[in-house]
Amino acid sequence: MKLNYYDGTDRVVTIIDQEIPFPDGRLIVSRTDTKGVLTHYNQSFIDMSGYSNEELMGQNHYILRHPDMPRAAFKDLWDTVQQGNKWHGYVKNLRKDGSYYWVYAVVIPNIRKGKIVGYTSVRRKPSRKKINEIIPLYAQMLAKEGESLCPTF
Amino acid sequence: MPYVLSVSPDFTPKHIAGWYVFNTWLQRQTELAFHLELYDSFSQQREAIAEDKIDLIYANPYDAAMLVREKGFVALAAPLSKADETIIACHQQAPIENIEALQQGLKIVTTDDPDVHLMGMMMLEPADLNANNTDIQQMDSYVLVAKQLLQHNADIGFFLKDAYYDLSHLIRNELKVLMTSEIFIIRHILLAGPKLQPYHQQLQSLLMNMQHDSKGADVLKAMGLTGWEQQTQEDTEFMIDLMDTL
Ligand SMILES: Cc1cc2nc3c(=O)[nH]c(=O)nc-3n(C[C@H](O)[C@H](O)[C@H](O)COP(=O)(O)O)c2cc1C
Repeated sequence: MKLNYYDGTDRVVTIIDQEIPFPDGRLIVSRTDTKGVLTHYNQSFIDMSGYSNEELMGQNHYILRHPDMPRAAFKDLWDTVQQGNKWHGYVKNLRKDGSYYWVYAVVIPNIRKGKIVGYTSVRRKPSRKKINEIIPLYAQMLAKEGESLCPTF
Repeated sequence: MPYVLSVSPDFTPKHIAGWYVFNTWLQRQTELAFHLELYDSFSQQREAIAEDKIDLIYANPYDAAMLVREKGFVALAAPLSKADETIIACHQQAPIENIEALQQGLKIVTTDDPDVHLMGMMMLEPADLNANNTDIQQMDSYVLVAKQLLQHNADIGFFLKDAYYDLSHLIRNELKVLMTSEIFIIRHILLAGPKLQPYHQQLQSLLMNMQHDSKGADVLKAMGLTGWEQQTQEDTEFMIDLMDTL
């Protein structure tokens, strides 16, 4: 499957329908610069991504984007944090091997001396009930986005 | 007027004496007058902070945001390799095997220790539990939290990990750990207020050398610490950001 990113780049990934459980008691933490390029992350972030530290550093955060995630969710994320506010939501993330993991993510702007210098995301183990509610919702959003991208004649 | 040193009220009881010894050590080393003021609760301590009555504080990470962003405190140091982690435990014989199996109406015993409570509630989210669908009771100490569990007055309890392992073997044998957090970056920090500004550097270098000096090492031991490590302003800002997401 080919994934297209906002900056015009793309890559081909194999998607596997296999969920990796979120590690109990942990937080998955990452920080980016103002453009979404990874600058810091913790061991749980590395472990869950399936990539090595060397592969991750300097990558854009979209390396984790799963094709089941609607673009509108991330647009909302970016609009919210760029205005200096806190965003939260459920995200399905893609691992290097094509499998996935669900998280409940909170993203905040890092404000220093009144200026946004980057963003931090802290993810925790989501409630299964909430995930089951959001799956059909995201599927609907995704279908709509597909229609507007390649209109049917 | 002496400078006022205070300690987050969640310090372990067996280390109270250690903080008094630290106060004396600090006075000798700096030739400044310090007075140790302890508070029974976080709310009393926060009142004192609001009234600018505290100059040096070993603070709970939950209060760091207010101290740094509203009161102009600066981090001097963090305790060496010592993070605040949370344990969720239940009675040894309770038919609970994992967090996800917990049901609404759950009886929780906790303390006013703010970061531990926050982490504990967060660890219940995978079971769809929150303050609205559980019954939360606040106790004055972790020993009382354990007692409530032993007496079957509650289903689960939140403990600071260190405090849990300070409980007697006898008590711990009757309890079962359901989950331990592994967050690593939530920790207490030693913060100095604006009045101590001229002494920040001096205090910092004293603290960094404390573990290398035999007297200093004894004082640390009495406080239950092994040393101090640098905590940059950015480290502190980042921890505050992180707490803000929880
Ligand atoms: C701090 C931060 C954390 C993010 N975490 C994720 C993430 O875990 N997974 C993800 O797919 N996108 C994440 N994003 C959003 C990505 O930057 C990107 O917008 C998204 O993957 C969609 O890709 P696209 O913008 O190319 O459509 C994060 C953004 C920020 C600022």
